Amino acid sequence: MSYSEIERQWTTRLRRRFVHLLPPEKLLPDTQPTYVSSWIYVFGVTTLSALMVVIASGCLLAIRGPQWWHTSSVGHFVNSLHLWSVEIFFFAMVVHLWGKYFMAAWRGGRAMTWMTGVVTFLVSIATAFTGYVSQSNFDSQWISTQAKDGINATGAGAYFNVLNMGQMLMWHIVLLPLVAVLLTALHVLLVRVKGVVPPFEEHVEVNA
Amino acid sequence: MRTKKFRPDVDVAPWKGGYSPYDIVKEATIAVIVVALLTVVLAVVFGSPDEHAITIKTWSNAAPVDFAVTALSELNGTSGVAKYGAPYNTGSSGQALGPLTLAKWVGPRIPVNTVADFIIDPLKALPNQPLLTQSLKQWSSASPSARSSWVANYTTASSNISFAQGQVVINAPSAGPVPLMINDLTEMARSGALDQALVTQAGFYTTDYTLPLLFLADGSYLANQAERQHLTGDRWGMMNETGNYPGQAWLWLYTFWYQVPPFSHSGNADVLVWGLMMVLSVGLLLTPFIPGLRSIPRLTRVYRVIWREHYQSLEKS
Amino acid sequence: MTFINLAAIFPLTTLGHYIHWHFIEISVANLIVIVLMVITFIAALVFPFPGRRRRRDNR
Repeated sequence: MSYSEIERQWTTRLRRRFVHLLPPEKLLPDTQPTYVSSWIYVFGVTTLSALMVVIASGCLLAIRGPQWWHTSSVGHFVNSLHLWSVEIFFFAMVVHLWGKYFMAAWRGGRAMTWMTGVVTFLVSIATAFTGYVSQSNFDSQWISTQAKDGINATGAGAYFNVLNMGQMLMWHIVLLPLVAVLLTALHVLLVRVKGVVPPFEEHVEVNA
Repeated sequence: MRTKKFRPDVDVAPWKGGYSPYDIVKEATIAVIVVALLTVVLAVVFGSPDEHAITIKTWSNAAPVDFAVTALSELNGTSGVAKYGAPYNTGSSGQALGPLTLAKWVGPRIPVNTVADFIIDPLKALPNQPLLTQSLKQWSSASPSARSSWVANYTTASSNISFAQGQVVINAPSAGPVPLMINDLTEMARSGALDQALVTQAGFYTTDYTLPLLFLADGSYLANQAERQHLTGDRWGMMNETGNYPGQAWLWLYTFWYQVPPFSHSGNADVLVWGLMMVLSVGLLLTPFIPGLRSIPRLTRVYRVIWREHYQSLEKS
Repeated sequence: MTFINLAAIFPLTTLGHYIHWHFIEISVANLIVIVLMVITFIAALVFPFPGRRRRRDNR
């Protein structure tokens, strides 16, 4: 194979593009601009950590199936881990959102970072909802019979049947986590590509 | 030379300042450990709620009159499900978002016939019931007008319905097979057989609880238990959890609209609130492009606290 | 309704406590969570972040 043939390969082009966009020292930087000096910056990684605990505890629940936690004290404890990690996840995510809003973190071409964050937030709410209706207890019964009215009113209820526990459980453990994780990965990679947004400046004119 | 106007809410000047060491892997590791420990502590201290599911057996034993009255509403077409419309039936045109009747356009793709699905088919599943079998034959061979007449007569008499010694008690003349059907269905419910019959209509294996949940929601018992736990819509219930557990505080704005006019007394509240929340969500998504909304961070100057070290060093230099 | 929770030291299973203010009704638990979020946000803004001298030397 000639050199130019190798250069034209999809593999080569994709690798070069990725390495150009995100070289290792950008993907895993060992320095940050000196303005990155506030506790508000830890809430992104806290949200990410909580997501990991949510997924780990969810995997543990999956090992023994959806009824396990009703009849086993160990199962119930794992369910408690799942509930509280979700509470921490939303807690940290909202504080992170507040911080990023007041920093106007979309500035400097970072609109996609903001937008992927918002979509992840909305997907997380949907994921939590499908989790609540998958509990197979009174809470699921009430939430599903109430939520059906809102979702049915949009027409989506004909396809997304919140009273169908099997469907809701599969959305909760397969489809929505996949979307949430992919969006989160995209969001974090965008932060690495664009860097952390600089502080506001005053009275700046840019000559173009 | 053309000068491009700098938009402080959109643009940034490139950072020409310094960088300092920052160990993001160490930070992430610490974050994971702290969050995991905090989760364990909260789980050990507070646990999690698990209020047992209500069965139709539970409901019909605790409130047999409510069950019988609900069964009648399924038969006479006055129940919530019978009048629901799409996606269950064509009982109504459903909610409207202005000229848009979204659910009706999609149609009844989860068909529920309250008479057949909640009453007739479950009763047919009961074995060795000669009187019931005869009643069901009488019902199936009758004309629609005869059935309507029986049901109407039973409905008129139902204001005096009661329950005693395991039987639904009602004086309903000219109601044909309806009194026996309602009584036998109540007995079936109290034994637990109706829970099973509603779920296994589709086959041996199922994870779809549409029928029993719809039937439960048409009665008052489920709602009364929810009311006790502050979970109903008029009490900001969407945010709440059973017991003293924190619920879904992030749904505060969604449930807020249900508490205020015009949503609080609108028959289209669900679709209106959904529409409004979709608009607000798009607004949140497009904040970087919305003048005014994207200026609030700069105008409120909260950033001066976040980046105070940076501004202090600028002032010093 | 029975409730099994062997792992919890203080299971929060008794009927919830709610606060009413005009048309607002909120559980004590949710109010605590929201207040904690606001306190956390303010604290994150206000408390100094370690490594100040290192950053000063690198400007």
